[in-house]
Amino acid sequence: MLHTINKAPHVHDCFDACLRVCGTNTAIVLIEDGVYAAIADSAAAQRLCAQNKAIFALQPDIDARGLTNRIDPRIQTIDYSGFVQLCCEHETIQSWY
Amino acid sequence: MNQKRILIVYRHPPYGESFAREALDVAMAGAAFDQSVALLFLGAGVTVLTANQQSEGIQEKSLEKQFAALPLYDVNELYVDADALRQYRLSNADLSLSVKALDTNAITQLLERSDIVLNF
Repeated sequence: MLHTINKAPHVHDCFDACLRVCGTNTAIVLIEDGVYAAIADSAAAQRLCAQNKAIFALQPDIDARGLTNRIDPRIQTIDYSGFVQLCCEHETIQSWY
Repeated sequence: MNQKRILIVYRHPPYGESFAREALDVAMAGAAFDQSVALLFLGAGVTVLTANQQSEGIQEKSLEKQFAALPLYDVNELYVDADALRQYRLSNADLSLSVKALDTNAITQLLERSDIVLNF
């Protein structure tokens, strides 16, 4: 299952809700304000990377927010076509917003 | 018209919603009417200040460039939440504007000495 999160972790409970219920065979894509969860050394990024799941973040949203060089190296950045590909690879998509 | 001390509080990141842009409009409008306008970047609002925002890829205008106009409106009182900067792993050097970092007590005092507080 593919999960998308589009809110920052300290602003909204999307992040906590997703991590609470998402299963093991899961990919998480951080989009829009969700990319704030990918900041290197932040508590949110540590929690995400401890999940042993595939974690992605959308590069245009990272760049727009001035976070280009601040992303946790364990989180893979993708462009829009990579996002589309992930959506096609997963049977079910859960949007946390 | 009596001059009021207006405090505009940024509490949201810059592009996910339109709060940051609307707050800037209010700040400039207040200043244009000769009010005393101060900005406080609180909690997640500190992310509005990150330098090097390249927003072309999401089809948005850069807020960073619009903030550069604030000194022209005589809006020079800019404050940022020191705890939130640490939470987002930011330092003053990572920010696009020169802002004064405040601890929680100083933030309380800032709120209490303002006549009007607007949250965005």
